[in-house]
Amino acid sequence: MATVVYAVGDDVSTDLIYPGRYMATVLPTETPQYAFADDAAFNGRLKAGQVPAGGVIVGGKNFGCGSSREQAASCLKGHALVIVARGFSRIFVQNAVNLGLTVVTCPTIEAAPGDELEISEREVMNRTSGRRFPVTPLPPARQTIMEAGGLIAFTKERLAKT
Amino acid sequence: MGMTVAERILARASGRTRVAAGDVVEPQVDLAMSHENAALVINQFLEIYQGLPREPRVWDPSRVAIVFDHRVPAESAKTATNQKRVREFVARHAIHRFHDIRGDRGGICHQVLPESGYVRPGDVVVGTDSHTTSHGALGAFAFGIGATEMASVWALGAVLNVEVPPTILIDVTGRFRPMVGPKDLILSLIGQLTAEGANFRALEFHGETIRAMPTSGRLVLCNMSVEAGATAGIVPADRETLRYLRDEAGVLEPLTPVLPDDDATYDQVLTVDVSDLAPQVACPHTVDHVKPVTEVAGQRVDQVVIGSCTNGRLDDLAVAAGILQNRKVAPHTRMLVFPASTRVYRKAVELGYVTTLMDAGAVVMNSGCGPCLGVHEGALGDGEVALSTTNRNFKGRMGNPRSEVYLCSPAVAAASAVTGVITDPRNGGR
Repeated sequence: MATVVYAVGDDVSTDLIYPGRYMATVLPTETPQYAFADDAAFNGRLKAGQVPAGGVIVGGKNFGCGSSREQAASCLKGHALVIVARGFSRIFVQNAVNLGLTVVTCPTIEAAPGDELEISEREVMNRTSGRRFPVTPLPPARQTIMEAGGLIAFTKERLAKT
Repeated sequence: MGMTVAERILARASGRTRVAAGDVVEPQVDLAMSHENAALVINQFLEIYQGLPREPRVWDPSRVAIVFDHRVPAESAKTATNQKRVREFVARHAIHRFHDIRGDRGGICHQVLPESGYVRPGDVVVGTDSHTTSHGALGAFAFGIGATEMASVWALGAVLNVEVPPTILIDVTGRFRPMVGPKDLILSLIGQLTAEGANFRALEFHGETIRAMPTSGRLVLCNMSVEAGATAGIVPADRETLRYLRDEAGVLEPLTPVLPDDDATYDQVLTVDVSDLAPQVACPHTVDHVKPVTEVAGQRVDQVVIGSCTNGRLDDLAVAAGILQNRKVAPHTRMLVFPASTRVYRKAVELGYVTTLMDAGAVVMNSGCGPCLGVHEGALGDGEVALSTTNRNFKGRMGNPRSEVYLCSPAVAAASAVTGVITDPRNGGR
């Protein structure tokens, strides 16, 4: 069971997830402090350790649109968050897979902060509302990278073979 | 069944005779571009080699380009140190397509790459920047990737597990009215498609309007294709592409355009007639929130920005200088101009545009990404409104979530700078 810790609407851009002014910070160990930096309340809870690992951000359509900055994925991965959204932008979902951030595409998801979700490969069950929402699986090409433990591990395997 | 341009390029680069939308391929990369975020790419690249019994080696340094543009000159010690690390890496790995902070060959990556002749028709280009789609203007398949993906490219020379995107054909006819152009077309298209309407798809631009459009305009269309979610925007190469590469980029060897097959399969076909197109404005806080300028005319503007990888080219500065000749920027409005490259800047000096803009009251800044992404300079105050020829207006984009950004063409921006309110340039900006 996972708790919804934050809910956002459609077209949440990487400028909101990780504002451009922090882009000089690149290390995955340092990026988490700036996650959703322009939302002082949520960023404050993250930094204070009040958001449990495995907490879910629920998003609308086109989550992660805009800049390709990988910090937008690494900052969320650093807090061990899970993103369940109605849809993701291509570059964001690829960055997430490459870094091992869990993203779940759930085109009809309805959930509010505090709701308890049960997430499986095929559906998201909102225990609080009692409603079920189907999941669109990751394309096999991305699944392979996810299963390898991310793109660095996957590339290591490939290099070892050459 | 025939192939689209994206399919033909990806088939060639993957060593296959044919591919179709949805296939998973591993295309060889012709050009791999990064900017300051090469600092992160280097970290990830070195991590790939951790524990492997071999030295880190870039697969082909001649196919790597690094252009400093996001924070030039450095705004902080942190950025300067990142840039220093990149310089050291570039020297160690003999990467010659390196564009440092210089007045003779610097600028924004999406202008420096085309004008340096690094991009050819039919190439696979990847860049750690979402606006890498720009290079589709030269008939390449060009797309943005993250830093870790680039590290993998540096190691292997190929992009792993790429899905061949379905293609949306955009057929454009008609002639633009005066003061209307490529930026208005792409804003209007993004409004129609929505910000996610082309997600995981490629856009292929055709039609008499595209054929008559110079490369500078095609760069605008492909640059902003990503704002509809597109993986890539492509203008199939033609005589204009070859002219641009020969005359403006110094590419002398023979080039072969990649064209779609007559029976290529398209996901959608969109037909657009620009004959009656009005100047367009994207309103806060999404790029697909597009309205004709007439609907937002009169909106007060605190800062006008002309520049960026979208609209900081010579013809953009020419339009701005034409409108601002012998006129003044409104007293309550600031106007910032940042040419897309130092080569553009220099020509704008020679042609007198810079003098005209300065006389009008504009601040002409050094070439780089500047105010576009709010990391460096030109940030907005609380409650302020910017009107900008850049490509994004997301909340917080120009450094302040309590400000608003409207996007438009150079003509709308310049006309509005004079009045201090959003102004239809067809009225002469008065």
